[in-house]
Amino acid sequence: MDNEKVFISNNIRRLRFFANEMTQQELADRTGVTRQTIVAIENGKYFPSLELAFRIAHTFKVQLSDVFTYFPENDQVHIKFMAKQAKKEKT
Amino acid sequence: MGHHEKQSIVSIIGSVLVIGLYSLYVYRNYIQADMGLLNDFRFWGKSFLYLIPVAIVVQIVIQILFAIANRIITQEDIPDITDERDKLIELKCIRISHWIFTLGFMLAMGALAIGMKPYVMFLTLICTGFVASLASEVAKIIYYRMGA
Repeated sequence: MDNEKVFISNNIRRLRFFANEMTQQELADRTGVTRQTIVAIENGKYFPSLELAFRIAHTFKVQLSDVFTYFPENDQVHIKFMAKQAKKEKT
Repeated sequence: MGHHEKQSIVSIIGSVLVIGLYSLYVYRNYIQADMGLLNDFRFWGKSFLYLIPVAIVVQIVIQILFAIANRIITQEDIPDITDERDKLIELKCIRISHWIFTLGFMLAMGALAIGMKPYVMFLTLICTGFVASLASEVAKIIYYRMGA
């Protein structure tokens, strides 16, 4: 995954590996979504709802932050806000 | 290719089939009668009333046939759940189709406003309805391909 652009990354692939090489289909069945959705989440193409994120974390018996990691330095909303703040401080 | 993408392609084929048959029906009525028929509100009212249920029934029949054929050929089960991503994609596609149809509606009203004949308005409505439905299905294929 390209960390330069991604502001939310996930460890689902690694967590699946440590959960006895759980298949995407198995994870999908446990969380009540389709396998395609798990594929999209793993590839960082789709960000799940908070509900699904918690379900995934619960499936692996880990904390939410162990599944998903936020990179504010890559988040355009955060970058814009910080730039605005910096401008305000200057004036 | 996923089940949803195949379903969208089948839906596009169904829409083309319905609109093709409908165009033939209108054309046959047109050549049987005179030009005045195309400006008859009763004719268009009846045509719209026939088109909507026929289009729905044809789509349902085509989707059932597709599901049976797909099951026999690929041995794949039809996904029995619609998850949050499916719903999100569906909403995005509905938004696209609504925008296109709204544009078509404005064009149809514009045609009336500038004094064009009533059949232009009805044809514009049908065409944009068809384009909106196609755009929705194409967008669905693209969204599923993109993964979002």
